Amino acid sequence: MCLAIPGKIERIDGDDPLLRSGKVNFGGVLKEVNLAYVPEANVGDYVIVHVGFAISRLDEAEAQQVFEYLRQMDELAELKEARP
Amino acid sequence: MKYLDEYRDAPGAHKLAQELHRVTTRPWSIMEICGGQTHAIVKFGLDELLPPPLTLIHGPGCPVCVTPLELIDQALDIAARPGVIFCSFGDMLRVPGSTGDLLSVKAQGGDVRIVYSPLDAVKLAAQQPAKEVVFFAVGFETTAPATAMAVFQAAQQRLKNFSLLVAHVLVPPAMEALLKSPNCRVQGFLAAGHVCTVMGYWEYFPIAAKYRVPIVVTGFEPLDLLQGILMCVRQLESGRAEVENQYARSVRQEGNRPAQQLIHRVFRVVPRKWRGIGEIPQSGLGLREEYAAFDAAVKFGLTARQVEEPADCLSGQVLQGQIKPRECPAFGARCTPEHPLGATMVSSEGACAAYYRYRRQ
Repeated sequence: MCLAIPGKIERIDGDDPLLRSGKVNFGGVLKEVNLAYVPEANVGDYVIVHVGFAISRLDEAEAQQVFEYLRQMDELAELKEARP
Repeated sequence: MKYLDEYRDAPGAHKLAQELHRVTTRPWSIMEICGGQTHAIVKFGLDELLPPPLTLIHGPGCPVCVTPLELIDQALDIAARPGVIFCSFGDMLRVPGSTGDLLSVKAQGGDVRIVYSPLDAVKLAAQQPAKEVVFFAVGFETTAPATAMAVFQAAQQRLKNFSLLVAHVLVPPAMEALLKSPNCRVQGFLAAGHVCTVMGYWEYFPIAAKYRVPIVVTGFEPLDLLQGILMCVRQLESGRAEVENQYARSVRQEGNRPAQQLIHRVFRVVPRKWRGIGEIPQSGLGLREEYAAFDAAVKFGLTARQVEEPADCLSGQVLQGQIKPRECPAFGARCTPEHPLGATMVSSEGACAAYYRYRRQ
């Protein structure tokens, strides 16, 4: 029910902030999505979409955090191994 | 797909699992609130990667599952009436009411339609002015902005033939109800990432402090879930009870303000009965007075009758994390997706459905 998936905004239509909508690309499938709740999102941005509504714009820097966390774990492990 | 595939990386998942084995020294019970997370955990077998002392308890985060029997019965009543087009998310069609389900109403000639978005129902109402179009508004905070927009647009278009049967529920009051229960085994929470995308997580600070329980806002992919569990275990092991955000690529502390504004414009907070759990104060959304014309319960003069759940369905205990689906004697025998006793067996987020699909043995 709370299933929401990321997609890339390809086009934005409509000037009325409450009727703002656009085409979002989900791995090659284009769908009409309401963009009223992501006024900050532009063409090329990725948004999280739930029942036809974008509910957030994805933050690329934050998206890297989990991989950064894994890299830090690797470095710590190497440090431990390097110790005599 | 970007933002999905990279979070399903198996070596990364094994590294996080190894770290969990290293840091876990005591038996901890962590509840994932959201049924979507339960499905991902069971589907990817993440629970089988965890160190044995660590237990995941599946939470009540399945709006389809907690919609009370009385409301399902009201939906069946409206959907069977001539002149009505009854619109619903697909998940609700097989949910058993006292006398059948929406699918059986459809089979008997009721005009029941599956919609992808509440706005599809508004469009239908505009196209079919001679019909009464009713949308079954089921969902958590994640779905409320979409429902609010549907009502708002219907009001702007002055549609007289559109209404909602509202079953919206709110997550934080349910977490508090669980924590207050004397049977509560939950020591830490994974909060639902998409609910928090809409509402933010400021509401969780007082809960974490009052009940001394760590709460980690968590995403839905394997790396998200394992990292969320690791963050929660690190807090438990060091005696902290804080609110942390694992799903920061989508969730900000304040949430989505424009979405919250429209929710509050259209809805007010009301008490709500949860199927299998009972009434929880301040745990639902109902239409505000100025939008009462869009309330199907008012329009169709419905009154809530008290109805009893089938005694052999233990979904209430499953939803509160007191038992796992396989501990229910009816599971997989008298209760299957084809012949369900309760909603947890048919919803795509129900814990019983997840175990039936991925863990029957």
